[in-house]
Amino acid sequence: MESIVRFFGSKKGIFAVGIFIGVFAALLQKWGNPVNMGICVACFERDIAGALGLHRAGVVQYIRPEIIGFVLGSLISALIFKEFKSRVGSAPIVRFMLGFFAMVGALVFLGCPWRALLRLCGGDGNAILGLAGMIGGVAIGVYFLKSGYSLGRNRKTYQFVGWIMPLIMIGFLILLVAAPKLPSGALFFSEKGPGAMHAPIIVSLIIGLAIGILAQRSRFCTMGAVRDVVLIRDLHLITGILGLLIGAFVANVVFGQFHPGFVGQPVAHNNHVWNFGGMVLAGLAFALAGGCPGRQLFLSGEGDGDSAVFVIGMIAGAGFAHNFAMASSPKGVGLWGPGAVIAGIIFCIVIGFSMREKI
Amino acid sequence: MAERVDSRGLSCPQPVINAHKKMKQMGSGAIEVIVDTTTSRDNVTRMATKEGWGVETREEGEDILLVLTK
Repeated sequence: MESIVRFFGSKKGIFAVGIFIGVFAALLQKWGNPVNMGICVACFERDIAGALGLHRAGVVQYIRPEIIGFVLGSLISALIFKEFKSRVGSAPIVRFMLGFFAMVGALVFLGCPWRALLRLCGGDGNAILGLAGMIGGVAIGVYFLKSGYSLGRNRKTYQFVGWIMPLIMIGFLILLVAAPKLPSGALFFSEKGPGAMHAPIIVSLIIGLAIGILAQRSRFCTMGAVRDVVLIRDLHLITGILGLLIGAFVANVVFGQFHPGFVGQPVAHNNHVWNFGGMVLAGLAFALAGGCPGRQLFLSGEGDGDSAVFVIGMIAGAGFAHNFAMASSPKGVGLWGPGAVIAGIIFCIVIGFSMREKI
Repeated sequence: MAERVDSRGLSCPQPVINAHKKMKQMGSGAIEVIVDTTTSRDNVTRMATKEGWGVETREEGEDILLVLTK
């Protein structure tokens, strides 16, 4: 047990986790997930929002087992390694709104940091703009962190509270398998488009569980990787990103999934300004909330109720983003997308300036 | 007498920032950092070790006490 803990706490360990995620993301694409979207936390939460009827974009509706697996895998790992701890109470409404705007930014770009990396490994040059935007957003977040920004302390709470998010995920799994059709039309499952493209449920679930376990152990975080380099010149987390890039790139080349270019890339647009701007917002919101969307899922699986609120904020944000024309599509940026990104950045900056401990 | 930094309940990366700030302020000596998650323990330990400080870890009930010395 001790040697497992030591391995996953090391650079070698997190590098191996990155390779695993990269290779299996490419394989998930090969086995049915959308192109350059083997794993995308934001897109997959958006698909879940669609399946539940929180938005009616018919091409992006599916309950993604990977998301369920991430939370439950993290729960399993936290229980095995005695790290499950129910805690809540650190600025929940702020975390909800950060999740909301993180999702809006990600859907203007069309992907979270995980997908930005995977898009790059699939040859999509537009991902460079997204990743540059994310680095810029995280750098702004680091400025606030250095200036004393804090969401305040959480506190330990009743054991059951930490189980709420895992139970919600079990509920999603039951809905996915039972697939009830209610008078309202829900559940909604896409018949065409990215939402209709998915690997078999059991395959997605098992890979999700495996990634949940590995990421909980190694603390894999795409935002934290950039933040730690900028903030304290620490290369530990970014070693995981390097692993992901290498794993996904090599696997994509081997499977014939690497197609370089900017134009006509799958589930992507090439408006450089808003690819960049959307991810500035997402990167900043993730930095202020303390973790990328994957890390928020893993934390919610180990009992962190505040991260669970962030996740719910992201799902709500997805509903709004599609209902209010903020989300982009391969045709381009949505009518209200740019305005929503600007509003989101202003919100984050106000939060960054106003929530400071005196230091 | 060691200076004490209480980072319980703070989310990543604040425990690291708080400890780092105290280390810069003091330059050398002993700092007691109290955290409540293994992630914070690992992050503070990694940063302090990199900065050339010794780290001793003790459990204090449900919390973790890190004694940093230089």
